[in-house]
Amino acid sequence: MNQIPVTVLTGYLGAGKTTLLNRILSEQHGKKYAVIINEYGELGVDNDLVVDADEEVFEMNNGCICCTVRGDLIRIIGGLMKRRGLDGIIIETTGLANPAPVAQTFFVDDAVRARTRLDAIVTVVDAKNLPARLADSSEAAEQIAFADVIVLNKTDLVTAPELDAVEARIRTINPYARLHRTSRSALPIADVLDQGAFDLNRVLAREPDFLTDDTHSHDSDIVSMSFEAGEIDPEKFNAWISTLLAEQGQNMLRTKGILAYPGDDRRFAFQAVHMIADGDFIGPWAPGAARRSKIVFIGRSLSRPQLRRGFEACKASPTSAPASAPTSPPTSAPTSAMAG
Amino acid sequence: MSEALDRPDLLLDTRGMHRALGEHVVGVGFVGARAAFALGDGTVWLGSEARLGGEAWTATPVHKGAALCLAVDGAGVVTGGDDGRVCRVTEAGVTELASLGRGWVNAVAANGNVVAAAHGKQVHVLSGGATLKVLSHPSTVTGVAFDARGKRIAASHYNGASLWFVAARIDTPRLLEWKGSHIGVAVHPAADAVVTSMQENSLHGWRLANGQHMRMSGYPAKTAAMGFTKSGKWLATSGAEAVVLWPFSGAGPMGKAPTELAGGDAMQCTFVACHPRDETVAAGFADGLLVLADIASGRVLPVCGPGPGSGRGSVSAIAWSADGSALAWGTEDGFAAQVDLSRSVK
Repeated sequence: MNQIPVTVLTGYLGAGKTTLLNRILSEQHGKKYAVIINEYGELGVDNDLVVDADEEVFEMNNGCICCTVRGDLIRIIGGLMKRRGLDGIIIETTGLANPAPVAQTFFVDDAVRARTRLDAIVTVVDAKNLPARLADSSEAAEQIAFADVIVLNKTDLVTAPELDAVEARIRTINPYARLHRTSRSALPIADVLDQGAFDLNRVLAREPDFLTDDTHSHDSDIVSMSFEAGEIDPEKFNAWISTLLAEQGQNMLRTKGILAYPGDDRRFAFQAVHMIADGDFIGPWAPGAARRSKIVFIGRSLSRPQLRRGFEACKASPTSAPASAPTSPPTSAPTSAMAG
Repeated sequence: MSEALDRPDLLLDTRGMHRALGEHVVGVGFVGARAAFALGDGTVWLGSEARLGGEAWTATPVHKGAALCLAVDGAGVVTGGDDGRVCRVTEAGVTELASLGRGWVNAVAANGNVVAAAHGKQVHVLSGGATLKVLSHPSTVTGVAFDARGKRIAASHYNGASLWFVAARIDTPRLLEWKGSHIGVAVHPAADAVVTSMQENSLHGWRLANGQHMRMSGYPAKTAAMGFTKSGKWLATSGAEAVVLWPFSGAGPMGKAPTELAGGDAMQCTFVACHPRDETVAAGFADGLLVLADIASGRVLPVCGPGPGSGRGSVSAIAWSADGSALAWGTEDGFAAQVDLSRSVK
């Protein structure tokens, strides 16, 4: 069955979400999109199929304390699947929404997962007002942290040095999202839709600079950290990451990694939203490419020394020969991928 | 499943009729002897009367978008759509019972000519062209059901279900609480218990006499359909690779294993409908198979096989005629069928 791509559009009120949405819809090439909007939408959305959502969040009874899910989305997507000929779904969230429950919905519900795939979280930010938003709320930083695509909008309202400063602040929170500078939300549809950001094959499609210097931000407690190593022992990694996500998943907003396992010519891709993880083998390492394992964490209260020690302790010992290669993926498939 | 397996379509071929409608079958019911199929494109089809070889299949446009739900009332079938409308379809045509504005009508139920329609957080109780009352809930209503006598309405939502008296002067619900997302509801025919299906592939029940909680779990998928048998002795449910029946006679289901029927094919049961008189369940599966299961004997009779090629699609709705002599069902792929099970077939 064809999985319908879902794009999540976040951003503060006034950042230009609805303008972007209407641009996407007016630019469409004969495709049929369903748009799920929230009741506090700024402007009218010009589309045949617009669905009001209530942003009803609930906590899953699965022992995972931060596994909150959007039940209204599960219901709405179930309803939309009764129609034929839908090419995509775009979900607009309220300005104050935490993107995690939306993302988790696409990992947790089997029926939703069978019919749709989360394509990307797109966050629209206002170049002029972002510093104030980062200072007075936690959601602004969370929306940036979760983003796969950041639309840095209203660039015409700030000076070039101000713009560079805002972009630098965004990069301290999220170094790996694709970032587009725009004014009036003008950017091609191809930069927003069909990004494949949750596709394990493209988990680290855009690699941040794997620098090890601490990135510090004064207006947000959210930071990103990345680590690199050689080959990783799958059993050690699985044990470490499971425990880490179970214990600190609430602070881990997003985690992404590409790992080299001894004796396996395939790359192992890993991603998580809070405690909910997903991982599988993807295509082989490019011929001649260095088999380097990489992992990126975005979250709060992350301890660089602790994470570094933990990741480095997963290094495969030199004696791990092909004979000890895993017979099955060490991180479980999405169906049973609940850590914690 | 026995000798009939080599001809799984025998009943369909000899006593039935079918048609590819090309749209997701959202709900099935009967308008007199004619089967009614509500579709994802908003139309309602009426099947032709099987035994009389009668009228042709007819399509009526009802909703602007998708039909989302269907219930049988005293006059015909009632559908709710994503256009916010509640409509009754009879052989004479379509009547709009209510237009509730923006938002979807996610569930409908009927008892006689009283209709309960869930729209957002509200349940609108409609009768004789008027709105009797509007019942408000803490979150979006996902399922609605009447008790057998039509005196009470149960509505499922986040953190439990609400039980209302239809005729109460002052509307105060009895809140049946259990944390989590409840996505459907059924009421025991003697109003002994209310059961909800839950997001976490389980059921939750409340014994109304003492408020005792019941938890029924172990399903590999969500229970999309459930219903009590006429006697109230069994609750038949979908969501496993068999029809799962929980015993509700005597002390109830607690501490007991459910009875499983029509299993063994590693295929998910996607819909169930209990016979209106006998202890028999019609069950549909993800591959399009439709069977009748006799609870007492455990015997299973195929009505329709998965069909040729890629199959007829996952069974998405099943209904019995009021007297139990005819059965209709439909699939996600738009296969729609009706069989006549009465003894006096020509």
